[in-house]
Amino acid sequence: MATDVAVPSAASAAPKRLSLLRVLGPMHVWALGVGIVLVGEFMGWNFTVAKGGVFGALVACWFSGILYSCVAMIDSEVSSTVASAGGQYAQAKHILGPLAAFNIALFIIFEYCMLAAGDSLVVGAIVNSLDPALSPTPFVVLTIAFLAWLNYRGVHTSLTFNFIITAIAFITILVLIVGAEFWNPGAITQTEALFAQPPGSADPKMPYGWLGILAALQFGIWYYLGIEGTCQTAEECRSAPRALPVGTMSGLITLLVAATLTWYICTSLVNWITLGESLYPLYDAAVNTGKQWLMVVLWIGTVLSCLASANGCINDASRAWFAMGRDQFIPRWFGGVHPRYKTPYRAILFLVPIMIAFGYTGLLDQVITFSIISGCLIYFIMPLNMIRFRRLYPMDSIKRGYVSPFHPLPSYVLFAFVSLTFLAMYFGYWRNLVAALVFYGLCSIWFVMHRFKYVDRAKLYTMPWPRPKGY
Amino acid sequence: MEWINYVVWAIAILILVWLVIDAFRIETTYDHDLLVSSVEGEIEKEILDHAHPATPGQGGS
Repeated sequence: MATDVAVPSAASAAPKRLSLLRVLGPMHVWALGVGIVLVGEFMGWNFTVAKGGVFGALVACWFSGILYSCVAMIDSEVSSTVASAGGQYAQAKHILGPLAAFNIALFIIFEYCMLAAGDSLVVGAIVNSLDPALSPTPFVVLTIAFLAWLNYRGVHTSLTFNFIITAIAFITILVLIVGAEFWNPGAITQTEALFAQPPGSADPKMPYGWLGILAALQFGIWYYLGIEGTCQTAEECRSAPRALPVGTMSGLITLLVAATLTWYICTSLVNWITLGESLYPLYDAAVNTGKQWLMVVLWIGTVLSCLASANGCINDASRAWFAMGRDQFIPRWFGGVHPRYKTPYRAILFLVPIMIAFGYTGLLDQVITFSIISGCLIYFIMPLNMIRFRRLYPMDSIKRGYVSPFHPLPSYVLFAFVSLTFLAMYFGYWRNLVAALVFYGLCSIWFVMHRFKYVDRAKLYTMPWPRPKGY
Repeated sequence: MEWINYVVWAIAILILVWLVIDAFRIETTYDHDLLVSSVEGEIEKEILDHAHPATPGQGGS
């Protein structure tokens, strides 16, 4: 990768201003988005089956697919214009104001920090399952330390690495489908038998009716949670107006295909009750094929998907923290850029112990639930952001790399679907939801009453945008 | 197999120590103002210049 080294002894050659390195293309954006999310196909989504049955799981899969299509369209339009580190944080700062931006940044940071901790916990658990003598804790710490080192050394290297391992993990799903001889139903796959209602038992297709499907929605987002993180790299793209929409949209298409294939192969190989409780549904599907080599392939896919997710999460959380530091929403010190690697090294270093601490707790379900709630809170603000963006900056006022079609329909659909998902979440995790809202409320009070005094408002908006309509 | 745990701990600690040492080296070598000199909006300027090469009356907030 390019280094552009600043030599301290040669003062005249040193740059006057440091900035993040602009080396990323659509491939890296795809790797970031899909890399963070693909782990959701390897675990987590299958709880939809326990709540809604096999058809309920498919409804949740496509319902969440529509929700995230709206997220991707909105994100692509706004971030192709607000090409700054921090993604939704920077968007909200310019469109909704500092308090909304501060909250979104916190949502992003906790969503990704906790997801990274959860991914590393799973890596530790998988290694431990090989041999009980292998303690999970050192592997949890090594996962975060290695990926933080990779991120510290440069964004091009870390996201190229993410591209390779994400592509391999995706291919393992395809290998499972081919290995299960999908073209020959009944040979290995048992769709008809597994979907049939046994006498005196619940119907596997929709055991709890539409209420079960509503309950399944909270787990349906596992198929796609985190794709919105693509715009965190906006400032590091060679051409953000092109790379972000292309990378995000191609990533979403990849995930829609992967989610549907995952649902098909798992429900065709694993009994719905077993599938609804499985920790590693794709691996369990491979076990049911009876082919040893497929189990090895899916084991590798599971580990790589966790690593790709944690790697992307470290990237995204550090960009949001860096962007807040640069705007003095937190101490300016965190807005530091490494003079050689051109990465937000202070933000990366600061978040490492936090991620390790969450990983040390071992509370995977709590960590992941907080991450999901934080992610959904971002989706609540995005529609408001988009509607106000179009109002302040109509189509002819500012150039967009991508124009979201059917505006404002995606914003309304996103708002309605996220509300339904929150309703489902409230039934299952109301304590977590209330705790998260109280936490973010207290943080907001701290920001308004204390921190905002230190923000240099003259330097808060440095983008050379035209004046908004009506101002 | 327990020896693997110690090897993994050692590698993890080595990586973390490398990160801290490198960061310390940067802090002591470079000027603080240079390290925090990054500003938002450099890319947007290029985008807008490209879109509106000579639009009068436009300026940042």
